Amino acid sequence: MSKRIDVKDLNVYYGNFLAVEDVSINIEAKSVTAFIGPSGCGKSTFLRTINRMHEVLPGARVEGEVLLDGDNLYGPGVDPVTVRSQIGMVFQRPNPFPTMSIRDNVLAGVKLNNQKISKGEADALVERSLQGANLWNEVKDRLDKPGSGLSGGQQQRLCIARAIAVEPQVILMDEPCSALDPISTLAIEDLINDLKDQYTVVIVTHNMQQAARVSDRTAFFNIAGTGKPGKLIEVGDTHTIFSNPTQKATEDYVSGRFG
Amino acid sequence: MTTTSLTKSRGAGRAGDKVFSGAALAAGCLILAVLFGVALFLVIQAIPAFTAPAEDIQGGKGFFAYIWPIVVGTLIAAIIALVIATPVSIGVALFISHYAPRSLASGLGYVIDLLAAIPSVIYGAWGAAFLAREISPAYDWLADNMGWLPIFQGPASATGKTILTAGIVLSVMVLPIITSLSREIFLQTPKLHEEAALALGATRWEMIKMSVLPFARPGIISAVMLGLGRALGETMAVALVLSSGALTASLIQSGNQTIAAEIALNFPEAGGLKVNTLIAAGLILFVITLGVNMVARWIISRHKEFSGAN
Repeated sequence: MSKRIDVKDLNVYYGNFLAVEDVSINIEAKSVTAFIGPSGCGKSTFLRTINRMHEVLPGARVEGEVLLDGDNLYGPGVDPVTVRSQIGMVFQRPNPFPTMSIRDNVLAGVKLNNQKISKGEADALVERSLQGANLWNEVKDRLDKPGSGLSGGQQQRLCIARAIAVEPQVILMDEPCSALDPISTLAIEDLINDLKDQYTVVIVTHNMQQAARVSDRTAFFNIAGTGKPGKLIEVGDTHTIFSNPTQKATEDYVSGRFG
Repeated sequence: MTTTSLTKSRGAGRAGDKVFSGAALAAGCLILAVLFGVALFLVIQAIPAFTAPAEDIQGGKGFFAYIWPIVVGTLIAAIIALVIATPVSIGVALFISHYAPRSLASGLGYVIDLLAAIPSVIYGAWGAAFLAREISPAYDWLADNMGWLPIFQGPASATGKTILTAGIVLSVMVLPIITSLSREIFLQTPKLHEEAALALGATRWEMIKMSVLPFARPGIISAVMLGLGRALGETMAVALVLSSGALTASLIQSGNQTIAAEIALNFPEAGGLKVNTLIAAGLILFVITLGVNMVARWIISRHKEFSGAN
């Protein structure tokens, strides 16, 4: 239920502006890969190209290949809607659908794919997904209440439950804890640890301790200056990146000397 | 020392604050006073019509017998207008906000807003001189093929000046109101929720169903209610288009009348109790509009918990 991702020579544009230049990276299945780097270095932009969310913005485009177990996501005839149903995403700010109940939020993606689902199956899926997101015990008595009534951390776990309910191959997380308090952050980090048993997880984070805690591999992105494109500087085992990086810029960043 | 510097305040800024809050308060009071004044005038002038003996009222059967056919006529015309205009407006607004390329969207939005700037007498003239004539063959067809439905009972009006024609003209007039308000609401949908839907693998239409329409629902209801207010109160277009008469179920025969058109057509020659009767009709229209707005607010508030405001 999880696939690997291989990116080859990817350039990402906003109109004529080159935002991310020439990224090639291999992301292993059933592992957690963290993207770190200073603000504006293109890590979130790059993350959004992996499920074709980048092109939602007007004028945004991509050159190069992203292979999901060998299939190019940017190949001719590939439907971005299909790509997104296989590669789930969790956003920086929790975004449950405010008009839907907790239960309907979890089922939102499943109902989209036009699968006829019986009430019993739906109940089982809701329980399984919420269990998977470590939220079941907190909300099992109020599944029909609106998702927007939960706390920020609970909302973010609801979004994770919504993402895993469609059983994706990969889960992308764009700074999932940046709007949360430390306790909620810890809950999400524990969850990420559990998720990698089943899914390929890619997480963008500003928090280097978080990258060190949750990820197996870490990629460091950097930017030469304002208006210049972001680049992938170095990728390797998290332990190596934090203790013995090959690039000077990586070492400066992880040791806190800049950024 | 400290106390004195804390108790001092910038004189000019304070004065501006007072002037502005005073102006805002005055504006708020003024609108209430005007509304109250209009309501008071309507009630006082209408009382003679309510208390007059039945045979003195036009038709000779009392005020209630006089008013209820034109109340029903008003509601029929307004409902026809909304049934046609609401889906078209929402479709156009969605096209402008979420489907059309940006250059086309702004042009189209401008054209829709222009529709609102056309005076209602022009709509009336267009409806009476052009639309009624062109549409009457369609009414014949309806009478022949759908005549078993009471609303399409024949024989169809030869001139086409029917309540259905009036409703169609009204729908064109309320279209720009509903469209521009809906478009503004659709554009305010948080990107966060649109992206949540897209990232789950929603198509554009599914994204609109999951995030845009639920977010916009209260706004759409408000827009429709504003359109309804316009349709209920529209005078000139109906007066010109409709060949009025007694209340009939058939929408394609001449007949029916609306309150506003009834007042406009009869007021110039009215005198004595007839004036009071027409003003009482105006009061009824006022009450209907008020009732409609209250129902709309109730519908919006019923789903407050799920509105996303929290």
